[in-house]
Amino acid sequence: MNESLHLWLIPLLPFAGFLINGILGRRLPKSLVTTVALLAPLGSFGVVLNAAMASGAALPHIEAFRHSWINAGALHIDYSFVLDQLSLVMLLVVTGVGFLIHIYSAGYMAHDEGYARYFSYLNLFLFFMTVLVLAGNALLMFVGWEGVGLASYLLIGFWFQKPSAANAGMKAFVVNRIGDFGFLIGMFLLLGTFGTLSFNVIAAELAVKPAWTGGLLTAIALCLLIGATGKSAQLPLYVWLPDAMEGPTPVSALIHAATMVTAGVYMIARTHFLFDRSPFALLIVATVGAVTAIFAATIALVQTDIKRVLAYSTVSQLGYMFLGCGVAAYSAGIFHLMTHAFFKALLFLGAGSVIHGLGGEQDLRKMGGLRHHMPITFWTMTVAVFTIAGFPPLAAFFSKDAILYAAFLQGTSGKIFWFIGLVTALLTSFYMFRLWYLTFLGERRAGGLEDHGAPVHARSDTKLVLESEHPVHESPWSMLGPLVILAVLSIGGGWIGIERFASYLAPSAGPLSVEAGSASLEWTLAGLAVVAALLGWFIAHRMYSARPETPERLAASMSGSYKLLLHKYWIDELYGAVIVKPILATSRFVLEWIVDVAILGGAAWLLGGIATLGGAILQRWQSGNLRSYAAWLTAGAAVVLLYVLWAYSPASLSAFFNHGAGH
Amino acid sequence: MHLILFIVFAGLCLAGAINLLLQTHPINSALSLVVVMTSLAVLYLLLGAEFLAIAQIIVYAGAIMVLFTFVVMLLNAGREERTLGSRAGKMIGFPAVVVFLGVIATVILKAQNLGSVALSDPITSTEDLSRVLFHELLLPFEVTSVLILIAILGAVALARAGSGERRVSK
Amino acid sequence: MIPISWYLLLSAALFCLGVVGFLIKRNLITVFMSIELMLNGVNLSFVAFAHEWHLVKGQIFVFFVMVVAAAEAAVGLAIIIAVFRARSTLAVDRIDLMKL
Repeated sequence: MNESLHLWLIPLLPFAGFLINGILGRRLPKSLVTTVALLAPLGSFGVVLNAAMASGAALPHIEAFRHSWINAGALHIDYSFVLDQLSLVMLLVVTGVGFLIHIYSAGYMAHDEGYARYFSYLNLFLFFMTVLVLAGNALLMFVGWEGVGLASYLLIGFWFQKPSAANAGMKAFVVNRIGDFGFLIGMFLLLGTFGTLSFNVIAAELAVKPAWTGGLLTAIALCLLIGATGKSAQLPLYVWLPDAMEGPTPVSALIHAATMVTAGVYMIARTHFLFDRSPFALLIVATVGAVTAIFAATIALVQTDIKRVLAYSTVSQLGYMFLGCGVAAYSAGIFHLMTHAFFKALLFLGAGSVIHGLGGEQDLRKMGGLRHHMPITFWTMTVAVFTIAGFPPLAAFFSKDAILYAAFLQGTSGKIFWFIGLVTALLTSFYMFRLWYLTFLGERRAGGLEDHGAPVHARSDTKLVLESEHPVHESPWSMLGPLVILAVLSIGGGWIGIERFASYLAPSAGPLSVEAGSASLEWTLAGLAVVAALLGWFIAHRMYSARPETPERLAASMSGSYKLLLHKYWIDELYGAVIVKPILATSRFVLEWIVDVAILGGAAWLLGGIATLGGAILQRWQSGNLRSYAAWLTAGAAVVLLYVLWAYSPASLSAFFNHGAGH
Repeated sequence: MHLILFIVFAGLCLAGAINLLLQTHPINSALSLVVVMTSLAVLYLLLGAEFLAIAQIIVYAGAIMVLFTFVVMLLNAGREERTLGSRAGKMIGFPAVVVFLGVIATVILKAQNLGSVALSDPITSTEDLSRVLFHELLLPFEVTSVLILIAILGAVALARAGSGERRVSK
Repeated sequence: MIPISWYLLLSAALFCLGVVGFLIKRNLITVFMSIELMLNGVNLSFVAFAHEWHLVKGQIFVFFVMVVAAAEAAVGLAIIIAVFRARSTLAVDRIDLMKL
């Protein structure tokens, strides 16, 4: 712990990349931009690896900078980076997967005009994300929190000429803001209760008072939960994530699958000592997670845009992570975070490869039969689909099972959560295989030649030109390489096993509860999960491969619920009508009528009126008439004289005489 | 004796001043002012300022009032015309003067330990005056000479005939 | 034995008469003469106080006032001549080009 691990390099390198590419990028040759942009995450990853191998058991390693940040009375906050097991795991995921996605982006965005801008934003995101992960106090984490929100906004609206993209960026930022408000309130409560925002100090203070539960701590935990809900797209603040698919696909992979949306889970794990003290808050967390998981899974069943399916899948899987944290199995949640990063990034990058190969097509109904045209993409995506469905021995099997097992052990509510999780696993398997069948198997349905007038809705990810005449081709190796690496990670990522993982993380994320459970129970539950996955696969096979006319028939017969799911339960419209429209109308009214017309206009009119009136009055004074000037002069002199010689006036004569007689 | 002299010449002062106000033709006002100046000279003498009394007559009555008379003659100023007047002048000016006079009079009358003047009081000789003037106040004295020079230049420049018109020399 | 206060009252009266003249007179030259009257009133009070407190400096002040009044009279009358040349009138109320 004595030698410095140079933790400050981890955020600094991406920040330097951001500055160089942001300021000079337009004038540098593309190869130089790429080199700078790729060196940054590679460097950070290198430093993290070095830290991982050097520190070993010497964690937690704290590096604080000499100059403190805020020193106001009793409030002391400094820039302290904390490297413990939790942040190390997170950093490995962030920088490692981030680096792979950077490589992928170099291929995907190769023909885009805003190449340098894209990479500068990506590096900016990495900077803020690492700050968030490394932060040793809540305020520094909040800086990273806000910063990744900013980077997300910039990247979602990367193709800002498209109004849908710009609107999606704004929507993401605004909804995040609502969550951030909760985070802020939580921070204020923390500050008021503990007098500090440093995680270690708070944990230590709580440790010496083991009986302190509930009440204030519940309030703090719930406020932090609101923040996590916004950032990690849980109910009710999930609405921004599907729209965020307007951004480039690598952005969706990095930010909205692997790293940024997991910041909420990370934050809950970071502050687990608070949540541990409030069973009620934990129950809320688990409920939010479970309900979101199944809710999003139901929506994903019928979506036609490949990226939307994956977006709702992300929301659903994040629900799993929240569920894991909600049953105090934080390590299980983080485990799933890690495996999810691998397979979800792989899914998104694979989808990007498909989209790239098809020249911009994103509608599932127009894909099909791509397994022969894009073999490597096909095989890596297959690995990912099997992983997310939860088949052993792939990664998600271990992590999902850990969560469901921990949930089951948590009493009656836990068993309900377990069941919800099981049903969600079935749905997940179904819609992922549906995606698989529609995209890669069957016959080629991509007949874009007939519908030149097709609406843009399913093709939001591209340059605005229909490239349907482009023959379907496999992607370049810059894009396929990361796919392969992520596939390998998806296969072997879970083999570390939850016990070893949890015991490694225990010092920083709390121990995995060892309640009454047995190995046989665990295997039974795991077996049930696998059965659910197989069932989902079977149904998907029947509907999309064996009898392809089934979907239409089913949709026609259950048209009510089909429409409900297709329109995402009309939640967006609900929010729009209940929240957005009134606020917009009110603000428009206030700003236009009250502020603009009444206050500003009135103030201007008033000032003008005063000036004119005063001028009109004073104008008469400047008559040019010598005698009136003389009169005013005399009057002024008389006033001054009166003021100075007031002591001699008759009014104060008595005092004067008394004073004089006193001599 | 002193009292009679004072009353006579103070009365002349006031009469001249009031006459100045009442006369309509400027030349009459100028002549009233000469009367005021001269009686003031006598009052100075009663107060023991012999040099100032003579200076008053020579400078004020002898030079300045002559200047005034010359200008009245030069400009052929006639009787005053009735002009617009100024309401503000009357409504504000007169009360102000009254207040002015009232305050000063009150102060003077209420002041204690003020002495009195008698004929037998010592007269300030010119020698005393000049001693102070040329020793301590030599610089202001010299400055006033510069001031007079400037005044001469200014007066000549301002009153020059054809100021604004240039003589075109052929 | 005349109390000094009489001289002072006389000086105050002269001064105020000068102010009144400044206010009511319509001829520019007469207005200027009222100013001279004011100056004389002040001179009287200076001399009175010089006598009261046996200060020569009071009389020297009067000396300087006289010098300045002389200079002022010269320049002021020159200005009056110039104004008369420009406006052809000596009525105070007609010389009001400085109004807004």
